[in-house]
Amino acid sequence: MDQDITGDPPHLLVAEDGGYYLQGGHNEASGKYVFPLMGGDREFFQPVPLKREGTIWSFTVQRFRPKTPPYAGPDDFTPYLVAYVDLPGQLKVEARLVDIEEDDVEIGLPVELTVVPDINGAPGSVMHAFRPMVKGAA
Amino acid sequence: MTDVGIIGVGIHPFGRTEGRSGIDMGIYAVREALSDCNLNWEDVQFAYGGSDASGNADTMVKQLGLSGVQFVNVKNGCATGGSALYAVASTIKAGEYDIGLAVGFDKHPRGAFNPLPEEWGLPDWYGAQGYMLTTQFFAMKIKRYMFDFNISDLSLGRVSEKSFANAEHAEHAWRRNPVALEEIMESPMVNDPLRKYMFCSPAEGGVALILASEKKAREIGAPFIKLDAAIMRTRPQGSFEVFAPSIDNDIDGSATRLASQAAFELAGIGPEDFDLAQIQDTDAGTEIIHMAENGLCADGEQEQWLTEGKTLLNGQLPINTDGGCIACGEPIGASGLRQVYENVVQLRGQAGARQVQNDPRVAYSHVYGAPGVSAVTILRK
Repeated sequence: MDQDITGDPPHLLVAEDGGYYLQGGHNEASGKYVFPLMGGDREFFQPVPLKREGTIWSFTVQRFRPKTPPYAGPDDFTPYLVAYVDLPGQLKVEARLVDIEEDDVEIGLPVELTVVPDINGAPGSVMHAFRPMVKGAA
Repeated sequence: MTDVGIIGVGIHPFGRTEGRSGIDMGIYAVREALSDCNLNWEDVQFAYGGSDASGNADTMVKQLGLSGVQFVNVKNGCATGGSALYAVASTIKAGEYDIGLAVGFDKHPRGAFNPLPEEWGLPDWYGAQGYMLTTQFFAMKIKRYMFDFNISDLSLGRVSEKSFANAEHAEHAWRRNPVALEEIMESPMVNDPLRKYMFCSPAEGGVALILASEKKAREIGAPFIKLDAAIMRTRPQGSFEVFAPSIDNDIDGSATRLASQAAFELAGIGPEDFDLAQIQDTDAGTEIIHMAENGLCADGEQEQWLTEGKTLLNGQLPINTDGGCIACGEPIGASGLRQVYENVVQLRGQAGARQVQNDPRVAYSHVYGAPGVSAVTILRK
C-alpha cells in the first residue's frame, strides 16, 4: 500500500515495490496531467503515479540563497542545480538535479527519480530530485 | 464610443529614494502629471490606482485634497498598473466621466522577491525546497528557448548593453551608467545562463497618467495621445509561466500572446506599424522571448536583430528606449505605467537625447508577471 511520507498534499510516495514515485493527477477526458495534485485539483484529476524516468528539458543553477521564508535550507548556502524533467507522455516536472557536475548537464540527458535528505534538516525526511540514469539499471 | 487618450504624465524617479514612502512617490507622480496638463486635483473626476506592496492608493487623497473623488484601489500583481489604466480608459470610453487618473507605485526591499507559496496556490514544499524564484523560472525558460532557436549568450549581453546605454539619457532611470558588453559577459552568473548585469532588480518608483476623452482634451487644450488599446490577459492552458512546478507537454500560447493579439485586433494595427516598443525585460532573456511573443519578430530572428542593432534607439524598431526594467528596476505597481509614460514622452518628441527619430507615431507597451498575466497598450498620436 502507498504510504504518504510528505504530509498533505502528498506528492512523494513509496510504491509497493519500495521505490519512490511522484504523485500527479490525470484527467482521462482531456488527457492532461498536473503536478503536484492539489486539493482543489481532485475534482478534475485522478491521482496517478508519474514516470520515474525522463530527460532534461531545461536547467539552471541556483547560485544565490533564496530568502527565508519561504526557503527552509540552512544559512550556509551551496548552489544547486534545478531542471524541468520531461516525463514522456505525461508532463515536465521541476526538480533538483543531483549526482552530476554542472558542466555535465545538458538538455536531453536521461535522468531518473531519486530522493535526497530534505534541506530542512528534519531527521529521516527526504525530498525528490533527479539524477543521471544509471546505465544498465532496470 | 468616445475616443480616449493620455493628456498628462508624471513620474517619480525609479531606483532608491531613502526616506520617501511608496505612496509619497505616487503622490509626487500625480502632481507632476497634473502640472503636465495644467489641471488641478479637483479636476480629476475619478481614479484607479494601486501598488503591490506599498499600501492603498486611495489614501493619497489626504495629501492631494479631500475632493470626494471616486478612487478605486487595484491590486493585480504585475498587471496592477495595466489594470488601472484599462479601468480608467474603459470608463471614459463608456462616456461616464471625462477626466481620470491611473496611478501605480511601489517600494520593495533589496534582493529578489520572496513570494509565499500559499499566496500563489502552491504547496509549502515548493518554496521551502528552493523553487519559488522568478529568476530560476526565467533562466530555465530562456535556456530552453536558446536551445530551440539558436540564440547565443552574446545576444543576452547585447540586450543589457542597450538597456544601460539608453538609460544614460533617461532622467527617471535608476542605473544610468553604460556598461560595456565585455563587462556584462564577465559579470557573475546568477541563474545560468543569466548574469548579474542581465537582471532587473526590485526597486521603487511611481507613475501617474491623466486620461481624458478627445473632446475634453480639445476643450482644455491638452496634447492628446490616443490610447488605441489597453488589454490585460491571464494565461491559457499549456503555457509555460512563472512559478510552475510542472508544465504541460504541449506548450502552446501564453498570456502575452493572448494580450498582444487582442490589442492588435482592437486597434486594427500590428507590429509592422509600431515605431517603438517597451516590452517586459525582467532579464535580458525575457526581452528576447517577448520580442517574439508580442509578434515583433519571429522566433529565432532575435539573434539577427540584436547582431544588427535593430532594437537600438536608431534601429528599425527601438525597444525599451528608457532602459526598461533592467535599467529602471521593477517597482511592481509602477512598472507597466512607466512603459506608457515613456511612450507618451517619445510620441510627443520630448525624449531629449534618447528621442526616437523620424517622428514616431505608434508605440506599443507590454508588461508581464506572475502567475502568467500580461497587459499591453497601443498608443498613437
